[in-house]
Amino acid sequence: MSLLSVRGLTVDFPSGVRAVDGLDLDVEAGRVLGVVGESGSGKSVTSLAVLGLLRNARVSGEIRFAGQDLLSLGPKAMRALRGDRMAMVFQDPLSCLNPYYPVAFQIAEAYRAHRRASRKAAHALAVSMLERVGIPEARRRARSYPHEFSGGMRQRVMIAMALCLEPDLLVADEPTTALDVTVQAQVLDLLRDLRERSGTAIMLITHDMGVVAGLADDVVVMHGGKRVEAGPVREVFHSPVTAYTRGLLDCVPRVDGPLPHRLPTVEVP
Amino acid sequence: MILYTARRLVGAAGILLVICALTFAVFYLMPADPAQGACGKACSPERIAQIRATLGLDQPLPTQFAAYLGGIVAGRTYGSLECGFPCLGFSFQTNQPVWDALTSRLPTSVSIAAGAALLWLLVGCTAGVVAALRRGTVWDRAAMIAALGGVSLPIYLTALLSQYVLVVQLGWLPYPREVALTDDPVGWFQSMLMPWCTLAMLYAGVYARITRSEVLENLGRDYVRTARAKGLPEVTVLRRHALRPALMPVVTIFGMDLGALLGGALITESVYGLPGVGKLAADAINSADQPVILGVTLFAAAFVVLANVAVDLVYALLDPRVRTV
Repeated sequence: MSLLSVRGLTVDFPSGVRAVDGLDLDVEAGRVLGVVGESGSGKSVTSLAVLGLLRNARVSGEIRFAGQDLLSLGPKAMRALRGDRMAMVFQDPLSCLNPYYPVAFQIAEAYRAHRRASRKAAHALAVSMLERVGIPEARRRARSYPHEFSGGMRQRVMIAMALCLEPDLLVADEPTTALDVTVQAQVLDLLRDLRERSGTAIMLITHDMGVVAGLADDVVVMHGGKRVEAGPVREVFHSPVTAYTRGLLDCVPRVDGPLPHRLPTVEVP
Repeated sequence: MILYTARRLVGAAGILLVICALTFAVFYLMPADPAQGACGKACSPERIAQIRATLGLDQPLPTQFAAYLGGIVAGRTYGSLECGFPCLGFSFQTNQPVWDALTSRLPTSVSIAAGAALLWLLVGCTAGVVAALRRGTVWDRAAMIAALGGVSLPIYLTALLSQYVLVVQLGWLPYPREVALTDDPVGWFQSMLMPWCTLAMLYAGVYARITRSEVLENLGRDYVRTARAKGLPEVTVLRRHALRPALMPVVTIFGMDLGALLGGALITESVYGLPGVGKLAADAINSADQPVILGVTLFAAAFVVLANVAVDLVYALLDPRVRTV
C-alpha cells in the first residue's frame, strides 16, 4: 500500500476556480514522486491540500496517508501529523522563515510542537540538524536570523526544520525555484543525500524537468488541475504517451543533441 | 547597538536645535512687541526701552537666539534678575520662571497621558485583534463601527457630554480637579477617569483599525503558513508568528502619540479645567504670553523627539533586522 494515496482530489475556491480536478496520485514509502506541470496546473494547491493547509477552499475526494483518511481527520489530529509525520518545504525560504526569530529557534519550535523537550535539548537538536544540512559553524550560526543567511542557506534551514522529526513524507514545493543554479544543485544533492540516509518519501513539486530527472523515481504530469500522465520517470521521459507531456519535454533545452533554432512552447491539447 | 543609540541621540539633539531656532524666529518676528507684552498696559516709553534692554531685545536676532540657547544650557540673567538653569525666560503674566511653570504642570499631564495610553492600548489592540481573527463576523463589524465612532467624535464634544451626564446629571463623579496621586489616590482616580476615557476613545479607534489591518496582513504571510505546516498549535501560530510582527507599527505610532500627549492634552485639559501643560499653553496663547508659548512648544517638541528615539530603540529590540543598520 502506498504511503500517500490521493484519489479523485478536487479543490474548489470560493471564486469559482477549480484548481484541482479529480487528481489521482501515489507516493510510495521511501520513494520520490515528481509532480510537474506549468504554472497554474494545480501542483502547489495539491501539496497544500495534502497537508491540510488550504483555507477557504472546498476539498473533496480522498487523501489517505499511512492508511488514515486525512479529509475526515479533525484539525487537532491533522496538526499532530503536520510537521511530525509529514513536513513541507516551500519555494521562497526568505518569506517562509519568520524574520523575528533566530533560525535555531524556528527549528526547535517545530520539534517542541510534537515532542516533550527542554529548550536546551531542542536547541541542541536544532544545531545538529543545521550541521546535518551542511551549515558551516552551525553552533554559532544557530543564533543568526534568516536575513543573515544566503538564499541557499535559508533553504537548508527550511529543510532542517522539515526533517527534524524524521517525517515519513516530505512535501517539497518548488524547493529550488527561488535559488540560483549552482545553489539549486547543492540543495538537490542535499535532498538526494537525506533521502538515501533517512528513507523519507518525497513529493517533489516542480516545473523543472531537470530536477525531476535528477531526483524523482516516479512522475505525475499535471495540466489544468488534472493528471495527464503518470509512471516511472524513465518511462515517461523516454516514451511519453500524451502529446502534452511530449510538448512539455520538448520545451527543455538539451545540452546533448542538436540545437533547435527556437525552443518550442507547449501546445495546449 | 551602542553606536545605534548614540546616532539616534545625536540626531535628536540636532532636530531639537532646528525646532528651537524655528520657533524662536516665528515668535520674535511676530508683530506683537514682547517688551509691550512684558510691561503690560499703560506703559511709559522709557519703561519699554528699559525692558527692551533688559530682555536683550535691542540686540540682533542671532545674538538673542544665542543668549536664549545659552540660558537653556547654563542659565542667564535679565539685568539683575537671575534665571537659573534651564532658563526659558519668565512669564509676562505671572513673572514665574517658565521652566518652573512647566514642571509644576507636568504631573497632571503625565497622569492624563499615562492612564489614557494604557486604556487605549488595551482596548484598541484587543478590539483590533478580535476583529481581525473574527473577520467578517458581527464582532468585526461592531468593533469597527465603534472605532469609527471613537475616531469621529471630537474631544470637546465627548468631554463636555461626559461631564454633563456623569457629573451634573447623575452625580456619579466629582468635577475633575488637580489631585496628586500620592495625596489622595481615590480622588486622583475619580478626577482622571473622564479625561482618560475621552482621550482613550479617540485613540483606541485608530489603534483598533491599525491593529486589525496589520494582523490581517500578517495572517496571510508565508511564515504563518510555515508555522502551521510545522504543526504548531493555532494559539502559538497567532501569538508568536502573526501578532508579534503586527505590533511593530503600533509601537511606532504609540511612541509618537504618547510623546505628543506628554507635551499636554490641550483640549482635554482645557475642557475639564485640569492645570496641565496643555492648559498652560492655552492660557499663554490667550494672553499672548510669548516666553510661555515658546517654552511649551520646545517642551512638547522635546517629548515628541525623545519618544521617537525611544521608538527607534524599541524597534531595534523587537526587530533583529534593524539592529544591523
